Amino acid sequence: MIDFFILMKQELVIMIIIFALLIIKIISDRSNEWILNMVNFLLLINFAAGFFFGKEGMLFNDMFRTTPLTVLEKNILSLGILIISLQSYSWLKNHKHVLEFYILLLSTLLGMFFMISSGNLLMFYLGLELSTIPLAAAANFDLQKKKSSEAAMKLIISSAFSSGLLLFGISLIYGTTGTLTFTDITPHITNNPLQIFAFILLLAGFAFKISVVPFHLWTADVYEGAPVAVTSYLSVISKGAVLFVFVSVLYTVFKPLSHSWYNMLFLLSALTILIGNLFAIRQNNIKRFLAFSSIAQVGFILVGITGSSQLAETSVVYFVLIYIFSNLAAFGVVSLVSAVTGKENISDYKNFYKTNPALSWVLTIALFSLAGVPPTAGFFGKFFLLMSGAGKGNYILITIAALNMIISFYYYLRIVKAIFMDANEHPIEKLFIPTYPKMAMYICVGGIVFTGLLSYVYEFIQSLVPGV
Amino acid sequence: MFLSSLIILPLITALTILLCKGLKQVRNVALAGAAAQMILAFSFLIQYWKERAAGNTSQMLFEYDHTWFAPLNIHYHVGIDGISLAMILLTAFVVIAAVLVSWTMEKLSKEFFFLLLFLSVGAYGFFISLDLFTLFFFLEVAVIPKFLLIGIWGSGKKEYSAMKLALMLMGGSALVFVGLAGLYFNTNTATGAYTFDLLQIAQMHIPVDVQKLFFPFAFVGFGIFTALFPFHTWVPDGHSSAPTAASMFLAGISMKLGGYGCLRVATFLMPDAAHAYAPIIIALATIAIIYGAFATMMQTDLKYINAYSSVSHCGFVLLGIGMLTRTSINGAVLQMVSHGLMTALFFAAIGMIYSRTHTRLVAQLGGLLKVTPFISTVFVIAGLCSLGLPGLSGFVAEMTVFMGSWQNPNKLYRLATILACASIVVTAVYILRAAGKTVMGPMSSAYDKLTDATWNEKLAAGLLIIAIIAIGVAPFWLNDLIKPGTQIIMDKVLSLK
Repeated sequence: MIDFFILMKQELVIMIIIFALLIIKIISDRSNEWILNMVNFLLLINFAAGFFFGKEGMLFNDMFRTTPLTVLEKNILSLGILIISLQSYSWLKNHKHVLEFYILLLSTLLGMFFMISSGNLLMFYLGLELSTIPLAAAANFDLQKKKSSEAAMKLIISSAFSSGLLLFGISLIYGTTGTLTFTDITPHITNNPLQIFAFILLLAGFAFKISVVPFHLWTADVYEGAPVAVTSYLSVISKGAVLFVFVSVLYTVFKPLSHSWYNMLFLLSALTILIGNLFAIRQNNIKRFLAFSSIAQVGFILVGITGSSQLAETSVVYFVLIYIFSNLAAFGVVSLVSAVTGKENISDYKNFYKTNPALSWVLTIALFSLAGVPPTAGFFGKFFLLMSGAGKGNYILITIAALNMIISFYYYLRIVKAIFMDANEHPIEKLFIPTYPKMAMYICVGGIVFTGLLSYVYEFIQSLVPGV
Repeated sequence: MFLSSLIILPLITALTILLCKGLKQVRNVALAGAAAQMILAFSFLIQYWKERAAGNTSQMLFEYDHTWFAPLNIHYHVGIDGISLAMILLTAFVVIAAVLVSWTMEKLSKEFFFLLLFLSVGAYGFFISLDLFTLFFFLEVAVIPKFLLIGIWGSGKKEYSAMKLALMLMGGSALVFVGLAGLYFNTNTATGAYTFDLLQIAQMHIPVDVQKLFFPFAFVGFGIFTALFPFHTWVPDGHSSAPTAASMFLAGISMKLGGYGCLRVATFLMPDAAHAYAPIIIALATIAIIYGAFATMMQTDLKYINAYSSVSHCGFVLLGIGMLTRTSINGAVLQMVSHGLMTALFFAAIGMIYSRTHTRLVAQLGGLLKVTPFISTVFVIAGLCSLGLPGLSGFVAEMTVFMGSWQNPNKLYRLATILACASIVVTAVYILRAAGKTVMGPMSSAYDKLTDATWNEKLAAGLLIIAIIAIGVAPFWLNDLIKPGTQIIMDKVLSLK
């Protein structure tokens, strides 16, 4: 019984928070200010709680497993959601349905936690669905905006489609192996064509969720339409969670098929980086731009995943952590600007430095980290991803990725150029930064600066990752 | 001695600048930091001489090794030999001169000096690194500040130039990355772990076909930094759009990062491939020398003149490396130092002229010697050094490169040497023409009221001129300094034959 509470501590904390919010909704009539203070405090507790009572073990007939790595992964996501919540302050403080927003958001987080801890395909599927459906509702949270509902509709349809693919794949796996438990599936995986087909379906399902080319088409529209908080959630938290699961499923359950999926990933990663980059160049809306740049980032992650080693898995987790800091720093500035002025175009950021030097530096550092410029953490993240990809000896892929970094430099620097160099008669006015978003920015910038330079983070993650 | 202080000191200076208020505080802190760098560099020189005099013959001195990312066997490993020390001294001179010529930088002064000193962090870090990861890290640190320096404080089509420079240099470092990754996964240490350690890799024998595969990546990657033909196109645009201090830094130090990398990483670690690719390197270097010289003849803008002549002069560095003789490699390093000082002086002089006359077009200038004798003299000295007048550093360096190149008995290589020598005549034409038109001849009445150099400009120019003459009149001290370093590289290369 104690095991149950300790192994599921992170899920239970989230569940308690959700119920607490529901009760508050029913019985009290507090101001948004009070609610936001309390929610942020609860999320901080949630993040902190992850560090105590670490224990390893399985629950419910191996359906649910907790390892130090899953605890860390959930902590990373908890940190991400804390940052997003702090950043959304300006947007939410005048919103009518603050509590509902948090209830939806935390439900998806709960789903992701279950997904990360799943030891069984059914559990995995349940977690995935729990993490997707509330998200579609959250994407519609700019209630007056038509684009927001459009985004929600697109998200739910594409998610349903990818879930269908996943289910089909799962059923074929079940049909050929007779089991759904991860540890039991592996011995039964051979080069059987039906199993390869099932794997392709699963891969397509995953690819939808992390928007790998050619399954990326929903990304840009959804990112543009959804509120910035949801966009940032989609691009870092939900992608990060699926990537964590993807890596562990790929490296453990489908290890016997590694030769097949290596070639698939090789192709998909090269394609994803290239298409993501080429489309990012053409965007003018900064949210669409970040959407395409995040597609390219996923391409780099796939390059790392092809390495299929302990190094590779470490690099992926490490990169997701860095990506949370860098992308959320960028989204933090974007969300502040968007909440106050409603401006979302790159051209609106011209001469931003003149009026908002501090925000400009935050955005610039975030973009440099996304581009992979030292001494920011992004450099280390990308370096290790590419190194783990190179470990397989496939230097064609590494060269493609390295050359694509130049394209990505171009479009990240384009924004930096707009901020610092372009002339503009009417730059965005001087923005007041409330305390919570300011805290979020400090966390992000601190993360960007120190996660890379201090090697302890990387070494700590590596110590948790099981050898392959 | 604590070698990391070379990184920490500029970093602290840069961070202190962020806390300052107003131009006066900022520039005083920057100057103090730059002066401290210079003192530090010289104290390293003295310590180095002491160590060598005491009979310390290890390749690298003042080594410090700390494990950074243990899972990948990445170390923070620093140490210097004579070559690095020469580069560190060059950096110290250029940084202090760059701070001094930017003395009246009103526009966003805090950011300007911050970026300038941050650049020097990258340069020092690069020159002292003995681990390929650290080296690569600092190489990239030294790129992005240039983008901002050119794009914000530049002139002309600055955004275009800044973007072009940043993308081409990043392209260079992307190629370097592939080269380094390839090397890393083909190292075989005693423990079985891969390594980035430069000295350890130098002890190993990397398979020849691996070398042949990755040498071009590393060499071209570093080559882009040092204007390897046909990847030199960022040089003219970047230099001409940059503010004076950034031009000085760019031509004086950044281009040397490439030369140093070509020598220390590409040639030293992959000597078999260096032999195999030598004809191509020599051909490209010769083209750069000739093409750069002729292209300079066609320029009308003083900064373009110096930028294209930099392409030509950096060709000598690559020529020296490609020839692979003991003297030619020595000459290549000498040329790096000499060109760094000379071109920084040249850009400083051009900056001083431009800030007074607001034009850089040779046709619009004239007779400046009458109103601004000091600046004009500096300009002429820089020009004469560029065309290789004996007594100045340019002569020593170019002469050594030619002598070394001639030692290579290959007939075609000798033809390349002859062609490269011939370029000096072209250099003389464009330098004398530009100098003659600018400082002599009839003066436009608009320039009557020009004032001569201020104390800070005089100090900047004076420091650089002292260094140039010190090398030109007494080259032996610099030669003795770099020789042990180049000999170790050449021992490795020649042992293959």
